[in-house]
Amino acid sequence: MANVITDETIDYVGILAKLELSAEEKEQAKKDMASMLDYIDKLGELDTTGVEPMSHVFPVNNVFREDVVTNGDDRENIIKNAPEEKDGMFVVPSTF
Amino acid sequence: MDILDLSAVELSAKIKAGEATATEAVEAVFAQIENNEDTLNCYVTMDKEGALKTAEAVQKKIEAGELTGPLAGVPVAIKDNMCTEGMLTTCSSKILGNFVPTYTSEAVINLQKAGAVILGKTNMDEFAMGSTTETSAFGATKNPWNTEHVPGGSSGGSAAAVAANECFYALGSDTGGSIRQPASYCGVVGMKPTYGTVSRYGLIAYGSSLDQIGPLCKDVTDCATIMGIIASHDKKDSTSVEREDTDFTSALVDDVRGMKIGIPRDYFGEGIDPDVKEKVLAAADVLKEKGAVVEEFDLSLVEYAIPTYYTIAAAEASSNLERFDGVKYGFRAEDCEELHQMYKRSRSQGFGPEVKRRIMLGSFVLSSGYYDAYYLKALRVKALIKKAFDEAFAKYDMILGPCAPTTAPKIGSSLSDPIKMYLGDIYTISVNLAGLPGISVPCGVDKNGLPVGLQLIGDCFKEKKIIQAAYSYEQARGKFSLAKEGK
Repeated sequence: MANVITDETIDYVGILAKLELSAEEKEQAKKDMASMLDYIDKLGELDTTGVEPMSHVFPVNNVFREDVVTNGDDRENIIKNAPEEKDGMFVVPSTF
Repeated sequence: MDILDLSAVELSAKIKAGEATATEAVEAVFAQIENNEDTLNCYVTMDKEGALKTAEAVQKKIEAGELTGPLAGVPVAIKDNMCTEGMLTTCSSKILGNFVPTYTSEAVINLQKAGAVILGKTNMDEFAMGSTTETSAFGATKNPWNTEHVPGGSSGGSAAAVAANECFYALGSDTGGSIRQPASYCGVVGMKPTYGTVSRYGLIAYGSSLDQIGPLCKDVTDCATIMGIIASHDKKDSTSVEREDTDFTSALVDDVRGMKIGIPRDYFGEGIDPDVKEKVLAAADVLKEKGAVVEEFDLSLVEYAIPTYYTIAAAEASSNLERFDGVKYGFRAEDCEELHQMYKRSRSQGFGPEVKRRIMLGSFVLSSGYYDAYYLKALRVKALIKKAFDEAFAKYDMILGPCAPTTAPKIGSSLSDPIKMYLGDIYTISVNLAGLPGISVPCGVDKNGLPVGLQLIGDCFKEKKIIQAAYSYEQARGKFSLAKEGK
């Protein structure tokens, strides 16, 4: 199938990806995504009926541990990386 | 002999024998860095002061007999996607341009415990997305063999630093060939271990089901030695595998008699450079002469690996990179009025074009309505690819082929056509999809004097077989370095 990526698709994916693309970037993204998806469509040639999707090559099961804190309080160092902080808390712009 | 020409294992032996010191090694490396770094740009961050301090402390411990390991006192470079406490860790991205981790990745801790001296952090493609190190926000790295060419990627800084003697060995990470391909382009040894062998704790994630840390180094002996140190079971990485067989140096045996080596016919078809083909097949002949049983076979599904890989890797990347939102660390766009605007602007200004391209593709293939058709389809094909390898390893001890279809391309010639660039990954990415170990060993130079890499691929947990074959090949080949083969 030929993939026609519309402006609406790019806008929608931009929302999912939390990216704000310029008009120029949107045009490029449309082209790039259409050509990548055309290429990926090659997978359609293969019959995968009855094949289980393999997310991990080894059987990975949940790895549980007791809920015990092992790391210390490193708030001071962690907060040093914050773009903006106040009284040991992260500051963000208005949330609504 | 110049101290810089020593391998990592040779240097450590000399330090222990009192014929050299860790401090001398650090000073020699930094003299080399100061001479070449303006041209090559292997490093994002260099820490001479810290390295000299560590070297002094390590030297004392070696003299006191407290540090006896095979890499004690040896200076190492770390790819800039592994967290290092107190040292800038940028992933070569503007969005992490000021990030100083509060902890160190497990693989690096393992090296530190073994007496490694960290020199700094090496340049890479932004978030390891790229095959040339040109997508770095801090400028491209140049190939030391010819500075008009790329070093490969994404661990291009690590590979170039090893080739140019700007370190004695380096760590890289490999999601689709990012250790083996730059090793091939820069004429050094590089290995991607079986998935789960090296802890990913502290490795900034790209495609979590594919990422593995591994060594880039001067020879196979160094490779096996580094592997033995960085491989460890780690409770902090739930995909970490418990292995008893990490004494990889026991495989440094010059003997391939009776080993069964399969060469996929599909690896030598359209698109491969004639020089690469000739050198790789000549290397296969060397192993044959030494007693290996070498034959051609059909490894199916080769052409499906790239679309499978880019679907899965982009999907995982779009999810993994959601954490970069300008709240807790890294870059935040200025003058934002509300939270969502801040997220979007920080990410749009902080990520480069290739990263955004993959986040967009990944978000799309995971979106409602397309998830089954693209993402689940790719996971199903992945299962088929794994099965094709299982069938191959029922017949062969290892698979032999090139690392990349060509030698290092010229700077500026790759990024304009993403699909063409992705096609260069054809021999490396299926190894990640199937979780297999692979090693790249230099096997000659092409007509332009650029190195060619031989790739050996083993079954899961069979690193020792490919190490033994690579070591045997290396014994027949003799020493290979920029100083020796380069102009």
